[in-house]
Amino acid sequence: MRFKFEIGCVLVLLAAFIFTQSGINRFYYFAGFAILQYVMISTAWNILGGYGGYINFGTAGFLGVGSYTAVAMIEFYSAGIVEQIIVAGIIAGVIGLSIGFFTLRLKGVYFAIATLALAIVLETFVNNWDYVGGAAGVSILPPRTPELLGIAIVDRKGGAIFNNNKEFLFFLMAFLAILSVWVARTIEKGKLGRGLNAIKDNEEAAECMGVPTLRLKLTATVISGALMGMAGAVFPSYLTFVDPPTAFNLEFAINSLAMPMIGGTFTWIGPVVGSILLGTVQQVAIVTISSELNLLIIGVLLVFFVTVAPQGIVGWFMKKNK
Amino acid sequence: MEFTELLLNALLAGIMLGGFFAALAIGLSICFGLLDTVNIAHPTIIVGAAFCTFLLNDVFGIDPIIAGILITPLFFILGLGIYSLYYQFFEKQSAEALRGLAFFFGLLFIAEVVMIMTFGVDHRLVSAPYIGNSYTAVLAGMEFAIPYRLLAAFVVASAMAIGLQLYLNKSFFGRATSAVHQDMMALSLMGVDPVMVKRVAFALGLSTCGLAGALMIIVIPIEPAVGRFFIGNVFAIVVLGGLGSISGTLIAAFILGIAESVVSTFFGPSWAPAVSFAILLGVLAFKPTGLFGSGDTR
Repeated sequence: MRFKFEIGCVLVLLAAFIFTQSGINRFYYFAGFAILQYVMISTAWNILGGYGGYINFGTAGFLGVGSYTAVAMIEFYSAGIVEQIIVAGIIAGVIGLSIGFFTLRLKGVYFAIATLALAIVLETFVNNWDYVGGAAGVSILPPRTPELLGIAIVDRKGGAIFNNNKEFLFFLMAFLAILSVWVARTIEKGKLGRGLNAIKDNEEAAECMGVPTLRLKLTATVISGALMGMAGAVFPSYLTFVDPPTAFNLEFAINSLAMPMIGGTFTWIGPVVGSILLGTVQQVAIVTISSELNLLIIGVLLVFFVTVAPQGIVGWFMKKNK
Repeated sequence: MEFTELLLNALLAGIMLGGFFAALAIGLSICFGLLDTVNIAHPTIIVGAAFCTFLLNDVFGIDPIIAGILITPLFFILGLGIYSLYYQFFEKQSAEALRGLAFFFGLLFIAEVVMIMTFGVDHRLVSAPYIGNSYTAVLAGMEFAIPYRLLAAFVVASAMAIGLQLYLNKSFFGRATSAVHQDMMALSLMGVDPVMVKRVAFALGLSTCGLAGALMIIVIPIEPAVGRFFIGNVFAIVVLGGLGSISGTLIAAFILGIAESVVSTFFGPSWAPAVSFAILLGVLAFKPTGLFGSGDTR
């Protein structure tokens, strides 16, 4: 069947919608939201890191930019969530473009180091920017009865699609996550993905064969950064409070790198598998043990997979089936 | 006169700070510049050394600088271990260099979490007679103040840098390290095992973490995650100095130290982290070989 994947996407989205209507324990929304967010972030990371082989350590920076773009827009004219997501995506994309422009001509390590430093410097800027709360953080009041294209989305008293803002944001996150997976898969099957793969295998050879390496790398960086920014834009509305240490948490950086590496970086399903597995383990670990130990688990798993099983879980299964 | 006095004091503090930065970056300059192992966990390992210094100082009352010298062999051995792992899994299989980067990133997190679980997230300090006081002098109607802690860091770091520079330039082993950087094949044809040379050179680079950690806890109070904030600094220094050039690293450290100190004085310390990033990006954009480097950056 031709649209098997697309039909699957719609079915998953439908399942997410039914989930929001089921009135289940709040904790599952929380855990589910975190996992969906990681599906989106790690898929975005994998577009450049997995297909092109250029490691981005600055996931936290791109997410933070997205979050604070949303905060600034709320402060400025109480923008709607859709506008926030779009503008956050554009700004994060532009940041990806500019840092890529400076460093993507060089060896991959320079890009990696620059992105890591970027996350820290962006945090510095926000710390010094009082309009969005500065170092103290800022509280966001979500609109009571938001509308989209004239349709009431959320109303506590009933009568709208969702009874609760959190349910709506959960659904929105599911939509964005599925959108990112679709984007990543489309890239993978297309010309961009093949070019990126050629760059990963041997950049000089690719260049000699006429692959426009810099342009492809920049395109991938912009798409990947924009998706990360969009994921970050949902954050303030969901948490109703953001401060720089939360928005620029380095935990995002290691997760977005570890999840694709553990799942498998060469295909779109790798990051999805990795983030669902690792995300679930983390949600359980945070509740039952401690959040420090949770970070330790990711670190050890990352080192284990990078050294012993670089093809990831998906690659391992594919090898077995051959 | 006020402005000149402020500026001169900022310059003076910047030179001292530059010495401290040199101590942080010099080991990385060997690992990254000469051996191409991009050890982004370097600053975090320095924080680990700072905690070791804290323990020795807190429990046995040992002077932090002596403690730093005492723990140096420990970090040499750690370096041998890390490089053996790195070689086994990445270099030997000629895996993508970037996987090695992910490996070091994982190490960074493991080290940080282990420190958080052992020491908690409180800030730690050491005590020594030279910490807390300043040397003050009045010259041409202007008052100058140098905190002794920065002065101690400056002196020790300079001694360490000069020692390393001499060792790398004069000794057989140091020359072998430069040779392995230039042409591994030629070195093995001369009957020297390049892997052994690289392993020892990496361990040498990592052993600088011992003293650098001691200096770090002398200069600032530390907590497990403080290493992150130095990643930008150390890489800016190594790249600005030019890969593989120890003297370049030293000069770059002073440039960054002065720049940070001036920016902190006139714009507030919260802007200091932006300085190293601006320098890093600027160098990568306009002169990726650094000031004194001849390395291959593509």
